[in-house]
Amino acid sequence: MIPLLAQASTVTRLQTPDVEYAYLSPELVLIGGAMLLLLVVSVFRHRPAWLWSALTLSFGAGSLVLSLALYNQVTDATGAGPKELVAGALVADGFSTFFMVLVSVCVILGALLATTYLGKEGFRGPEFYVLMLLSASGAMVMASANDLIVLFLGLEILSIALYVLAGFNPRRMESKEAAMKYFVLGAFSSALFLYGVALVYGSTGSTNLAAIHTYLAGNVAPNHGVLLAGAALLLVGLGFKVAVVPFHTWTPDVYQGSPSPVTGFMAAAAKAAGFAGLLRVFFSGFSVLRLDWRPAMAVVAVLTLLVGSVLAVVQNDIKRMLAYSSISHAGYVLIGLQAASRAGIAGSLFYLLAYTFMVLGSFAVITVVGRPADANHDLSAYRGLASRRPTLAFAFTVLLLSQAGVPFTTGFLAKFYVISAAVQAGSYALALIGMLSAVIAAFFYLRVTVLMYSPLTDEAHGHEGEEAPPVRPLRVPAPIAVAVAAAAVFTIAFGLVPAPMIHFARHATFFL
Amino acid sequence: MNDLSFPILTVIVLLPAAGCAVVALLPKSRPDIVKLVGFLFAVATGAFTVWLGFAFHAGEPGYQFVTEHAWIKDFGISWLLGVDGISLFLVVLTGILFPIALGGVKVHRDVKAYTAWMLLLEAGCLGAFLSLDLFVFFLFFEITLVPMYFIIGGWGYDNRVYASVKFFLYTLFGSAFMLVGMLTLVFLSAKGHAVTFDVRILTERNALAPATAQWVFLAFAIGFAVKVPLFPVHTWLPDAHTEAPTAGSVILAGVLLKLGTYGLVRFGVALFPSAAVDMAPLLLTLAVIGIIYGALVATVQRDLKRLVAYSSVAHLGFIVLGTFALTNQGVSGGVLQMVNHGLSTGALFLLVGMISDRRHTRQISQLNGLQKSMPVLAAVFTVVMLSSVGLPGLNGFVGEFLVLLGTFITRRWFAVVATAGVILAALYLLWAYQRVFHGTPTGDNVGLPDINWREAAAVGPLVVLIVALGVYPKPVLDRVNPSVEALIQHVEKATGYKQPAVAEGHSLVDK
Repeated sequence: MIPLLAQASTVTRLQTPDVEYAYLSPELVLIGGAMLLLLVVSVFRHRPAWLWSALTLSFGAGSLVLSLALYNQVTDATGAGPKELVAGALVADGFSTFFMVLVSVCVILGALLATTYLGKEGFRGPEFYVLMLLSASGAMVMASANDLIVLFLGLEILSIALYVLAGFNPRRMESKEAAMKYFVLGAFSSALFLYGVALVYGSTGSTNLAAIHTYLAGNVAPNHGVLLAGAALLLVGLGFKVAVVPFHTWTPDVYQGSPSPVTGFMAAAAKAAGFAGLLRVFFSGFSVLRLDWRPAMAVVAVLTLLVGSVLAVVQNDIKRMLAYSSISHAGYVLIGLQAASRAGIAGSLFYLLAYTFMVLGSFAVITVVGRPADANHDLSAYRGLASRRPTLAFAFTVLLLSQAGVPFTTGFLAKFYVISAAVQAGSYALALIGMLSAVIAAFFYLRVTVLMYSPLTDEAHGHEGEEAPPVRPLRVPAPIAVAVAAAAVFTIAFGLVPAPMIHFARHATFFL
Repeated sequence: MNDLSFPILTVIVLLPAAGCAVVALLPKSRPDIVKLVGFLFAVATGAFTVWLGFAFHAGEPGYQFVTEHAWIKDFGISWLLGVDGISLFLVVLTGILFPIALGGVKVHRDVKAYTAWMLLLEAGCLGAFLSLDLFVFFLFFEITLVPMYFIIGGWGYDNRVYASVKFFLYTLFGSAFMLVGMLTLVFLSAKGHAVTFDVRILTERNALAPATAQWVFLAFAIGFAVKVPLFPVHTWLPDAHTEAPTAGSVILAGVLLKLGTYGLVRFGVALFPSAAVDMAPLLLTLAVIGIIYGALVATVQRDLKRLVAYSSVAHLGFIVLGTFALTNQGVSGGVLQMVNHGLSTGALFLLVGMISDRRHTRQISQLNGLQKSMPVLAAVFTVVMLSSVGLPGLNGFVGEFLVLLGTFITRRWFAVVATAGVILAALYLLWAYQRVFHGTPTGDNVGLPDINWREAAAVGPLVVLIVALGVYPKPVLDRVNPSVEALIQHVEKATGYKQPAVAEGHSLVDK
């Protein structure tokens, strides 16, 4: 016995890095929550359908609270400050915790949307919530990744769950088509991303962003061209996720085909995670190369802004329209990124947070107006909404006008923030293009508003000879009402008193 | 009065906003109560603005009643309000026109939403005139679009949707340039200082290089030119005015257009003195084109409301002309003309609305002999029209005369051409009057009811002011002139420009 013990103590143990579980708690809550849902469904026989959404909401709320606590901890000047985790693979700083908060919000609002949708479609299982929680945990991993490989892991966790979610409604052809399209193109872009990682590793000798930064700060990469090609491929891979032009072609089809709550969640969380990756890679890893990547970002931003807003104008399907509008929103976030300054990042973060609420609120409205089977997304469905549901129409108007950048909303301040960062960085032309494409964008937001406040006429229900009477009552379920109200109140309240939100975004720019 | 602890300006801006919130909470089923509450809020705001007019110290050029509270510290943005001679009467005008528009015009549907939007619009206009913080000004400047858009789109005539969207997009287009210009100015001025949007500090620093200043000035000028509107970007105005409900037209012409001309004086000239001097010929040319073009197009209009709308293009041209003459008389005349145009065109739109309510058409060809059935309305129309034409003894004359005088001193030929606009104004307005009111009424024009008490109460105060300002403009000029002189001195100090000595005396009017 004793010799054996003595022998065991002399064996050199495999060196595993310390895992700082406390710092990973938001991710763990989401992953653990997903596992718990699966466990509950397989163990208990009789379980009400509301249980899944209630549990998901509580996991979302839990991770929100933990994320906020972490945020306070790492941004507190007197506290512990930012910290590298798991041997430098992950990092907990203001930036990563900011995105954890944002993703938690996406989970909560997404669950509210999903409850209504799943109920209407007759799905009773927890699979939807499990996939959403896993996808959200992937988004969080992306935000805290400090290593290109970990970033890739996060990207895949996020994406694979989303591919399934996009095809969640097998009774709809469009949903299957969306899933297929998203999967094929997404896998393609992941491959490009991975190739980019390989090229960067080849020229800098590391996949760790901090190590890459140190290397580039001290050396000239022998294969500068290879390094730049690698950075470009990373931009392509992440640019696909956030839907910037010219990597946007999947967006309208997938947004249109996916179930509305999925579209909302995808538009908010996947975009946020993709931008978290982009910002992290290009500021943390390649900040030395900013003279090389800034012009490229500017070109992509201009294309994204113009293509997004111009093509949105000609759409007749609200989800396609919002798909193009979300492309043009990505352009504004790029404006902040392109400024390559702390104000620019803060602007981008502010924009993403404001956008999350606007887009999820909008898709909440779409979920309820869309009726079962996503059958009713033509713009004409919104005709006369104000006379049927005045409060819903007003809230949607607030969200649309905020997206158009009307003052006293977070949408305006977000645009103001990124544009001011661009001006500060001397990118006057880009700032002007940004503002002008906002004018184009205003047109299609107004188009919906005009329809909502037009009188109901017969032509509104003329297509395909629906069996329904001219005006069917539109019921707004409580979860949707809560989601829309939360989004609208957030949009107006922080539009009037933006200081807390500005601080929140600004302190998140303290990188490790 | 300036050390008054009562924050009068904040109250003036927030009172209508509070009214909007209160109206939104009232039940929709009681339009009478909604209307009364909305009207009382507008009247209370109007009373405060009139009181402000009396409490204002004449003879002081600077800002009075200044209130400052930090708002968004990170951007150097503060809730900074103040009033000087240039903005004072626009505030009073706004305060007077809104209760008239709210109380004096019938609303055909959804009184609650209409009243709420009008009050929000009032808050936006007052906020824009009173803000001394560029950012806050921009917020208010932009927010006025939303209520106006809904008022035109919801309560307008047949083509209202097209007109409201056009109005919104045109103005937003101009604002896009303005926002970028504003940020450029703020950040370039902040070299070595804290970033601030405080107009007083930015005016003082005047930090831009002349070439840069020209570009930034141009960006501001595009934003304001759309709003004014100046010649090439004026096409939204006839549509918006024609399709808007009567009260909407009154406010649009009376108040909203002034945001553009006010912006040109307050931000264009004051913030970019050198660029204003350099670019003056461009703006003067556009102004004169607007005067002649607006008048000519007005002459051939078949729709009475559209005619008045085009007359606005011409009148606003005079205001810009006076502003960029850069003389004491020119700018004073411009400021005065802003108020005059608000009164006379506001009243004209009210009267056209009354005709349109009775006849359900505004086509000049279908109207005739209205004088027989509506003698009082015809008389009021005559006074208002003559004020718009610029007849001596009425308010329009004083402003136009000062503008032309001020322009003649520095820019002789612009003044000469613009004077033709005065004659054309007489042509299109008198001709229209003749066709609509003279002769023997036929068809539906027979036996129309004359002006009623509600309408008389609405248009009465405007007529009184039109006559009063025409006969005795001194109280107004006493308050306007010091601020204008300070502005011109600021321009002279900042550039090599010097206005002719004859302009400094301004002994013609106010001594």
